[in-house]
Amino acid sequence: MVVPSNNWEPTIVGFLCNWCAYQGADLAGTSRMTYAPNVRIVRVMCTGRIDPTFVLKAFQSGADGVIVAGCHPGDCHYSEGNYKTIRRVTLLRKLLSQMGIDPERFRLEWVSAGEGAKWAQIADEMSAAIKAKGPLAWWETLKEA
Amino acid sequence: MSKPKLALYWAASCGGCEIAVVRLYAKILDVAEIFDIVLWPCIMDFKYKDVEALPDKSIDLCLFNGAIRNSEQEYMAHLLRAKSKALVAFGTCAYTGGIPGLANVANREIIFRRVYDETPSTSNAEGVRPQLSYQVPEGELTLPKFYDTVRTLAQVVPVEYFIPGCPPVKEQVEAVIQAVVEGKLPAPGSVVGASDKTVCDNCTRIREEKRIRSFYRPWEIIPDSSRCLLEQGIICAGPATRGGCGAPCLSVNMPCRGCYGPPPNVTDQGGKLLSALASIIDSQDPAEIERVVDAIPDVLGTCYLFGLPASLLGRVRLEGNALPAREAVETAKAL
Repeated sequence: MVVPSNNWEPTIVGFLCNWCAYQGADLAGTSRMTYAPNVRIVRVMCTGRIDPTFVLKAFQSGADGVIVAGCHPGDCHYSEGNYKTIRRVTLLRKLLSQMGIDPERFRLEWVSAGEGAKWAQIADEMSAAIKAKGPLAWWETLKEA
Repeated sequence: MSKPKLALYWAASCGGCEIAVVRLYAKILDVAEIFDIVLWPCIMDFKYKDVEALPDKSIDLCLFNGAIRNSEQEYMAHLLRAKSKALVAFGTCAYTGGIPGLANVANREIIFRRVYDETPSTSNAEGVRPQLSYQVPEGELTLPKFYDTVRTLAQVVPVEYFIPGCPPVKEQVEAVIQAVVEGKLPAPGSVVGASDKTVCDNCTRIREEKRIRSFYRPWEIIPDSSRCLLEQGIICAGPATRGGCGAPCLSVNMPCRGCYGPPPNVTDQGGKLLSALASIIDSQDPAEIERVVDAIPDVLGTCYLFGLPASLLGRVRLEGNALPAREAVETAKAL
């Protein structure tokens, strides 16, 4: 386990869908809401585009947490992309647990285009939760004892 | 002109790849005719010092099977790399880690504890464990160091070609040897002896719409031998696996388990298989999805049966030596 320095800040990779969650995050910004800057947002057209490989790659490359956010169920711009995401995330969460990655480091949230405040709250909550957990630092896992 | 030199070596493997070469039957005599075999510990008596005495780059073709799990194998990987013109990761273990790579759910301490203390057939009251070095009256005895993590050959040394398969099928081995003889190998870094499509492309089963309400293990149902197994709820790694094997497992009503590794342009075979499996679940209800997914007892073992070391995450993270893999799975289930 890596001991974090005093000014350590978690790195969280966020995959946000273009039509709801990204617009929600945009609204949080244009409304000048103040929230934790730890989520690095990657905009995708739909959460259904998120290959589980993206999440694995984020953790491998040094992310301390990953968040997937999209339209509320029933609101998907492409009808059912977010339902596909529920299935993938459910299965991926089981894999990550077996890999030794705490399920709290990987979240799925629904944020509509009008929910700027909700996005700000989620980002705050997740940053605080991961800060409490400490760095994941996956490269340490592969070092030979 | 002297004959081209051939070396075959085995590291962490079962010996099946050696059988794959021997299965060339009469053609094995051609191999012996064409090549001057300089190392093949499974078949003939060679010493490592004979290989050490060879000039660098003097072996034309080295077929290296098995993953790297201890210091002797790592030494041989470096030695054969230096002595070979073309180093080939032969078979799945050398290519993606293979079955020995599943040891990456544990580490040295957990494996030793299991093997030297816990197995029911073990009687080891003195708690004997392998030592790297031991003094006997005749001198010093040494053993290679057993590593925590199994690695693929390419994670240890640069590799020219990869031949997947557990073991590689006979026709593909023949084709590769033929290509070597004719000097028709593709650019270094290529996967040879396999196709650029998935196993589904080799499979002759009828495919309709993939929508399933539950997963079954092969012994739980008697599958229709003419229809796609995935559509019948049996987990088949075909869509996430490189073809070229001819789908022999599918022809005997067994699902593909993924031994030929990821198809071209896929970074992580397990991630792709997971994606494919999740996509075909016919439900929009989170509770129902949870129930369907729970029928897969071991997601990691299903997705990375042959490729844990080559996967993006590479191995399981263990906090100390506390959690053996089986308990980790139980804990994950309880969450």
